[in-house]
Amino acid sequence: MGAEPFFRMQDIDKDYIMADEPVHVLKRISLTLEEGEFLSVLGPSGSGKTTLMNIIGCLDTPTAGRYTLRGREMETLDERELAGVRSREIGFIFQNSQLLPRLTACKNVELPLIYAGVGHRERRRRAEAILERVGLADRMDHLPSQLSGGQQQRVAIARALVGNPSILLADEPTGALDQRTGQQIMELFRELNAEHRTIIMITHDTNIAAHARRVVHIIDGEITEGGTAHA
Amino acid sequence: MLKRFRSALVMVGECVRMSLDNIRGNKVRSFLTLLGIMIGITAVIALISTVSGVSGSIASSFADMGVGTLTLNVTGNDLKSGLTADDLKTLSDLKSVDGLVPNVSMTARVSCRGSVKTDVSVAGRNAYYALLNEDMITQGRALNFIDDDNCSFVCVISQTMVDTFFFGVNPIGETLYVAGLPFTVAGRYEEDSGGGIAAIFSGKPDVIIPYTTALKIGGTGETNNLTVHMAAGVKSEDAKKELEECLDPLFGFEEDCYTITSMESIEETMQTMMGMMSTLLAGIASIALVVGGIGIMNMMLTTVTERTVEIGLKKALGAMPWQIQLQFLIESFMLSLLGGLAGVLTGLLLSYALCQVIGTQFVISGGAIALGVGFSAAVGILFGWAPARKASRLNPIDALRSI
Repeated sequence: MGAEPFFRMQDIDKDYIMADEPVHVLKRISLTLEEGEFLSVLGPSGSGKTTLMNIIGCLDTPTAGRYTLRGREMETLDERELAGVRSREIGFIFQNSQLLPRLTACKNVELPLIYAGVGHRERRRRAEAILERVGLADRMDHLPSQLSGGQQQRVAIARALVGNPSILLADEPTGALDQRTGQQIMELFRELNAEHRTIIMITHDTNIAAHARRVVHIIDGEITEGGTAHA
Repeated sequence: MLKRFRSALVMVGECVRMSLDNIRGNKVRSFLTLLGIMIGITAVIALISTVSGVSGSIASSFADMGVGTLTLNVTGNDLKSGLTADDLKTLSDLKSVDGLVPNVSMTARVSCRGSVKTDVSVAGRNAYYALLNEDMITQGRALNFIDDDNCSFVCVISQTMVDTFFFGVNPIGETLYVAGLPFTVAGRYEEDSGGGIAAIFSGKPDVIIPYTTALKIGGTGETNNLTVHMAAGVKSEDAKKELEECLDPLFGFEEDCYTITSMESIEETMQTMMGMMSTLLAGIASIALVVGGIGIMNMMLTTVTERTVEIGLKKALGAMPWQIQLQFLIESFMLSLLGGLAGVLTGLLLSYALCQVIGTQFVISGGAIALGVGFSAAVGILFGWAPARKASRLNPIDALRSI
């Protein structure tokens, strides 16, 4: 193995200035990940887990520390290059699926490919293939409002997958779903992981976190390794 | 490089589609916003088209009255203040000249059989004029060469004068006192029935007498204003040149003793004036465009705020700042362009209606359409720039926080 792992965070600090007072949101966070892992970051609200997700997802930059993804140093990148990394390496899945209401399922899935400059026909082909993969072959041309919550979240997962990213980054992916649908989504995550997808999932729900093969706890901006599975 | 160009092309296509979606999704608001641009463009197009229609009809009425004539105005110098009868003869013998009509005009007090009329317009004309307007005389005879040469005290009078002085009486052979001098009425004519601009320039006087007689009454014996009718097929520049060659020696080659004006040059001046006027009006109308542009800017700023989450999401999905900026820029461009196209349409309809009311011909001016469309597109880009930039600079974290 090379010296540099697939994903590595070293002594990441993040400070915010709030009302003239610095707030340490993340404190010396170190985390390494191999390709194909399924990691849960488990923590209560206010623990800094969303900030961590933003930094992993290259939406934010750390105040101090090093973050390398596939050998690339993120601190040195400017806004445009970060957008490029998001486009190629990261697949975001949000809590409320966040689909654009006026676009069909297929068009929503195509969205990241538009920004990656993929042509019309190729986009459609790839979006259809992914939607089929998440089990929505018969819902391609439905609007989000015509889909159930679980189906919407599947579209969101398809959208995250379509660019073939290095990491799937999910923020409370089941937060808005009932338990049964949540379980189904988790099933899908496990299947994807079995296909050697790297997944980082952020949640406050111990039961959901338990689906991952590895769980870390984040409390008050500090990470403690929680070992594998079942709390 | 090619790949980047291709990806930009894909972006533009998608942006146009998304913009149309968004415009359609906010029908009422989009319509109200593009109404501003539409009104501005309507005003510009209607003004330009109407003015060009009017100037077209002015041009054609100039053509009706003034083709083949030059106007000669003599101011003279200390030695020679005008043209004598001999000079006129010399001029009318020129190759490019068909004939001359001296214009000696005055107003005089006219009396007859106890009635008096003041401020009657009296004109001295020659036999050539009678020849040109041979259909004019309705009774009696026209003036002729003998009248010119003899300075006869004869006159032809208009129908109005007949009605005033000779109601129910045959006027021919009667004596009319013009400025106290007795003239024998030789003929009677109808006033020109043609209206419009032509009548103002070539309107007929009430009493026409031989120009030689008129000059005699005036006391100078010299003509200062005449219309030169060019021979058929002669260009006005050539005729002007020949006239100048003939006139220069008469005035000792002194400058500014006379001016020769062709109808073309009057028309040109007129067209220039119309052009300036339409530019001015279009300038005023374009204030409406600026107001419309501000409306678009306002709507785009609101849209950016409303769609914060969407922008954040797109950024998270890998959209570059320039791609976000392009999307909003294209949206305001499309909005403005739609307004512009609608404005062109209503503008043309409005100017068609105006031309019908004024009674001039309706001309579709391609330049005006291009100007309207181009201007509206420019307004969209200009006023969309700041909102689009704002959108592109939104921090995706702040944008997503509202999830």
